[in-house]
Amino acid sequence: MDTMLNVAAKESDIGQATKPVLELENLRVSYYTDAGRAIALDGVDLTLMAGEKLGLVGESGSGKSTMALAMMRMIKPPGRIEEGRVIVDDTDLTALSEQDMLRARLSKISYIPQGAMNSLNPVLRVGAQLMDAMKAHVPDMPKDEMQAHCIRSLESVDLKANVFKMFPHELSGGMKQRVCIAIGILLKPKVIIADEPTSALDVVTQRQVMETIDRVQKQIGATVILIGHDMGLMAQFVDKVAVMYTGRFMEISPVRDMFLKPAHPYAQALIRSLPNLENKGVFQGIPGIAPSLLSLPGGCAFHPRCPFVMDICREQRPPFETFQENRQVACYLYTEKARS
Amino acid sequence: MTALLEMKNVSKVYSRGLLSKISTTALDNMSLTLKEETPTIVTVAGESGSGKTTLAMLLLGFIEATAGQIIYKGTDITKLRGEERMTFRREVQAVFQDPFSVFNPFYTVDHLLSVPIKKFKLARNKQDAFERMEEALTAVGLQPNEIIGRYPHQLSGGQRQRINVARALVLRPKLLIADEPVSMVDASLRATILETLQNLQRSYGVSIIYITHDLTTAYHIAESIVVLYRGQVMEAGSVDDVIKKPQHPYTRLLIDSIPWPDINRRWGETEIEAKESELSDYSKGCRFLARCPFAMEKCQPAPPPLFQLSQFQAAACYLFDQHPKLASEQLTELLPV
Ligand SMILES: Nc1ncnc2c1ncn2[C@@H]1O[C@H](COP(=O)(O)OP(=O)(O)OP(=O)(O)O)[C@@H](O)[C@H]1O
Ligand SMILES: Nc1ncnc2c1ncn2[C@@H]1O[C@H](COP(=O)(O)OP(=O)(O)OP(=O)(O)O)[C@@H](O)[C@H]1O
Ligand code: SF4
Ligand SMILES: [Mg+2]
Ligand SMILES: [Mg+2]
Repeated sequence: MDTMLNVAAKESDIGQATKPVLELENLRVSYYTDAGRAIALDGVDLTLMAGEKLGLVGESGSGKSTMALAMMRMIKPPGRIEEGRVIVDDTDLTALSEQDMLRARLSKISYIPQGAMNSLNPVLRVGAQLMDAMKAHVPDMPKDEMQAHCIRSLESVDLKANVFKMFPHELSGGMKQRVCIAIGILLKPKVIIADEPTSALDVVTQRQVMETIDRVQKQIGATVILIGHDMGLMAQFVDKVAVMYTGRFMEISPVRDMFLKPAHPYAQALIRSLPNLENKGVFQGIPGIAPSLLSLPGGCAFHPRCPFVMDICREQRPPFETFQENRQVACYLYTEKARS
Repeated sequence: MTALLEMKNVSKVYSRGLLSKISTTALDNMSLTLKEETPTIVTVAGESGSGKTTLAMLLLGFIEATAGQIIYKGTDITKLRGEERMTFRREVQAVFQDPFSVFNPFYTVDHLLSVPIKKFKLARNKQDAFERMEEALTAVGLQPNEIIGRYPHQLSGGQRQRINVARALVLRPKLLIADEPVSMVDASLRATILETLQNLQRSYGVSIIYITHDLTTAYHIAESIVVLYRGQVMEAGSVDDVIKKPQHPYTRLLIDSIPWPDINRRWGETEIEAKESELSDYSKGCRFLARCPFAMEKCQPAPPPLFQLSQFQAAACYLFDQHPKLASEQLTELLPV
């Protein structure tokens, strides 16, 4: 192993599950559109330990990618991070200079974007794209060492060394997706965010890609945030699930609890809407339509669609609170205040 | 009565570069008929690179077949001209897999939706056009007032995918080719959009070719399924038979690889034999040979034909060679409508 990279991931850090690797504090993002200000991320708090795998699910447009982009400080105008902190391994990313943030990307935190495989440069060989990332981070490393490292990274995602010399169009979807993962893990980051890494892939390839992420994650001891809609994938892969709705967390629970006894009414509806092979032709979509981010309903954002809505839900926003060991929920069904 | 769409022994071979000898048979001798009076939903499933998108592009007339014919309402689609061609282009619509690449980044959502309305003269006036647009957006769970006026990059992945579906809804086609239309939306919306598509078939008589790797949704929405592997049909029949009682070793692997949203059911009991990246070129025999746990001597010399297992199920696998053979032209007979 090359020395430069060992600095990025000291073996001794791995396994220390007591200290959080990632903390989000009150992260808030808005997009200033022509129609007004859309609050896409509305004050999110999150703590993850080393080696933990979190699944982030929720309605399309609920702010999942926005949260990932905000963590990477890659929100572009008309979007803006309004407030909040992103702490990775004791470093507050929001306080870094542009220059330092550039270096933190890939080495501390990496993002495999939604539709990543289409973001590979079609006219550059795979190898050149990997080398570019290396050059930006460890410019002093000898070229052959860099290349050897890139090839090891490709091999760690089950790609042959000759992929280094190939162009993206010569690869299948699954292979391209694995190239993107190889880039994401090149510098052994502490936090890997994978945004729908397999939504364009068939189930067999999907399984291979997820097995790859799983293995690599264990090797480098990283924390993984898996963003996606495929609840099956979540059930098979993550430790905890966070359910997002209109830019807020509705519930975070260990994966077993989320599937067997979801607490938040939205989480319950989401779990109920999963298709299986028994009730053919029964579509259990959640009635109603997600509210506009330009004018969120007052109180609980889910109240217009909630079957259990109470007066207080229309008036005040429920706090996101621990209601059982390891479980947090934002719903008045679980707070003392509403009961009294 | 002439068929709505007829594929006759269609093959597509891609050759890499003019001088290169390497070629890929992306679709191999496929025949399929869809009738106008019996609108149906057919799923085409198979892993990455199995030829699904190639099939879609062929049916839309975006690429030309290397062999065989595609006939729309009695006319070879390569020979459609003028009025007929316009009709074909309106009646056969697509919803594509990749919402990131299809939209011109400089056009707003309303522009994307109103252009086809104008082009095919689908609305009586501006007001009518706007209502159609609103209706389609609402049907896919979007807020028209929030979405109209936005550029594609200002939308989330799933929102873009839904604009795609809305666009197809606006046009009320006869045949809809939907290539992974819901891969990027959540389960609840997936259900809503699929229900919308199913209503389209039931209420407006639209036939749908649903291309997906998601066999659970295929089971819910489609009547029949065709499983492709490297351009060839591996198994075909009713969704009830093929998905609940898969016979071909490849279909069994596919079904076994479904990540079940069930915490007590572990993923993939069967090992994946060879990884797709390790496979070299095709052998002469069965295309699935290199990965098949049941491979036999007789699988090597030539690819197996379809063997009919029941009225609505057939598998191209020598494990079933005691059953009657079925010519590839008879594929449609296996598919209930
Ligand atoms: N550049 C932008 N300008 C304006 N609004 C934006 C922009 N990018 C995202 N949005 C809006 O912010 C909201 C959150 O988007 P985001 O991409 O984070 O959703 P998501 O949860 O990742 O959805 P999906 O599951 O569909 O990918 C959406 O309503 C979206 O329309
Ligand atoms: N323009 C092209 N030139 C050369 N080969 C091509 C071209 N388009 C597709 N192919 C090849 O044809 C085969 C079938 O590709 P196709 O895109 O139809 O697969 P698919 O089933 O849609 O896969 P996916 O699930 O990844 O979308 C693949 O081996 C692919 O590499
Ligand atoms: S024909 Fe032979 S090689 Fe092909 S799937 Fe059947 S048993 Fe396997
Ligand atoms: Mg997203
Ligand atoms: Mg495709």
